[in-house]
Amino acid sequence: MRIINTSEIISNIKEMCIEANHYLSTDMDKKLKDVVNTEESPLGKKILVSLQENLNIAKEEMIPICQDTGMAVFFVELGQDVHIEGGLLTDAINEGVRLGYTEGFLRKSVVKDPIIRENTKDNTPAIIHYDIVEGDTLKITLAPKGFGSENMSRVFMLKPADGIEGVKNAILTAVKDAGPNACPPMVVGVGIGGTFEKSALLAKKALARSFDERPEVEWVRNLEDEMLDKINCLGIGPGGLGGSTTALAVNINTFATHIAGLPVAINICCHVNRHVTRIL
Amino acid sequence: MDRNITLPITSEISEELHIGDYCYLNGVMYVARDAAHKRMDEALNQGKELPIPIDNAAIYYMGPSPARDNRPIGSAGPTTASRMDKYAPRLLDLGQKAMIGKGKRTKEVLDAVVRNKATYFAAVGGAGALLSKCIVSSEVVCYDDLGAEAIRKINVKDFPCIVVADCHGGNLYEEAIKEFQK
Repeated sequence: MRIINTSEIISNIKEMCIEANHYLSTDMDKKLKDVVNTEESPLGKKILVSLQENLNIAKEEMIPICQDTGMAVFFVELGQDVHIEGGLLTDAINEGVRLGYTEGFLRKSVVKDPIIRENTKDNTPAIIHYDIVEGDTLKITLAPKGFGSENMSRVFMLKPADGIEGVKNAILTAVKDAGPNACPPMVVGVGIGGTFEKSALLAKKALARSFDERPEVEWVRNLEDEMLDKINCLGIGPGGLGGSTTALAVNINTFATHIAGLPVAINICCHVNRHVTRIL
Repeated sequence: MDRNITLPITSEISEELHIGDYCYLNGVMYVARDAAHKRMDEALNQGKELPIPIDNAAIYYMGPSPARDNRPIGSAGPTTASRMDKYAPRLLDLGQKAMIGKGKRTKEVLDAVVRNKATYFAAVGGAGALLSKCIVSSEVVCYDDLGAEAIRKINVKDFPCIVVADCHGGNLYEEAIKEFQK
C-alpha cells in the first residue's frame, strides 16, 4: 500500500488548471501548425495563422488561450493499492480547482444551480470520473471543457439495424449542426456502444486521447480516417467561414452494448482541446 | 476587402459593408452576454431605461477571464451569439448597429439586421489571448454582481473581425460553405 497525501494532490491540480489553460498538448500544437499549410481557403488560412499568434501570446504573456477556461473535467485512475490521507479525494480535487482558477486568473464559469444560475465564484464543483485500477499510483487527467462546443454535442440512440451507416450519419449530422458555433477546426470525440451515459463518457474520453494513439480495432481506425475526410469535405472551415479544415481529428472509442441498442455520442471540442495528465 | 472602421458604426457605414469584409474596429464598444441581455430585456419590460446608450451601439458578446496585473482585461474572445438571439432583435430595433460574436443566428435576428441597417461581425472564436491585446481599456459600467457577465465599456484598437451578416441580406456562413463543399 502507498500513501498519497491530499496536499500533494491539491498542489498538482492547481498547477494543472493553470497549465492546461495556457499551453496546448504537443500533439494538438503540432496539428494546428500543420493545417496552416494545407488549408485551401485564404480567409481560412488567415484565421489559422491568427490561432498560431494566439497560442504564442497565451504562453508568453500568460493570458488564457480562450476566455472560456471551461468546466474542469477529470478522469481519475486510482490504483487500488493507494491510500489517500488528509481528507476526501473529491474534496482535494475541488480545492485544487478552486486555487487554480482563483489564483491563476482563470474565468469562473460554473453556476450552482442550472435554473437559479448563481455563480459559485471559484469554478467548482469539478466533474470527476473515477476508475479503480490495479497498482499504487494515482493518474489524473484534467480536460477543461468550454461550452461553445459542448452545447453542440449530441447522443443518438440508434437501432442495431442502422449499423455503421447510421453511425456515420449521426457524426456528420452533429458536425453540420455545430458548424461555426463550435469554433472549428474542431476535434470530434465519438463514443459508440455501452448505454446512454456510457456512450457520452466514451466520447468525452476520446477527446483527451493523443492523436498519436490509434485504436487497436481495424474498423474503428478506418472509421476515424473516413469520417475525418468526410467532415473536411463539408466546407465549414476555420471559424465556419469556409475551407478545408473543419476537423483536426476524429477520435472514436467503443464498448460492448445491448442486443437492442446502438448508442452513439458525439462530443465536440473546439481547437482549444485542452488536456493535461499527471501521475502521482 | 480589408477595412479600418472607427466606431460607432452608423447606418451609412453598415450599408458600405458586405459579407467577407475583414474589418479592424477602433473605438468604444460594450460587452454583454447571456445574463446581461436577460437583465436588459427585463428592464425594458418594466419600462425602465437601458443601462447603456443603445443608439448606434456595438455590443461584443464576450465574458473575459480576470485581468492580470497591468493588463486592462484577461482573455477576451467571442462567445456563441445564438444565445442572444432571443434578445437581439429588440435591441437592434432600439438602435444597436453592430453585434460581434461567433456562430449562426436566427432568421429573426438576420431580418432585424436588414431592417435596421445593422451588421453582425464574427471575431475568431478561441483566440481570446490575441483579441485581449486589441483591448486598450475596460471598465464595468453595470451589473457588477454578474462577474464575468457584467456589462463593460471597452476601448479597442485594430480589433479584427469579419462581416458575416450584412444589411443587404448576405450570410457568409451559408455562402462560404457552398464554395468549399466537396
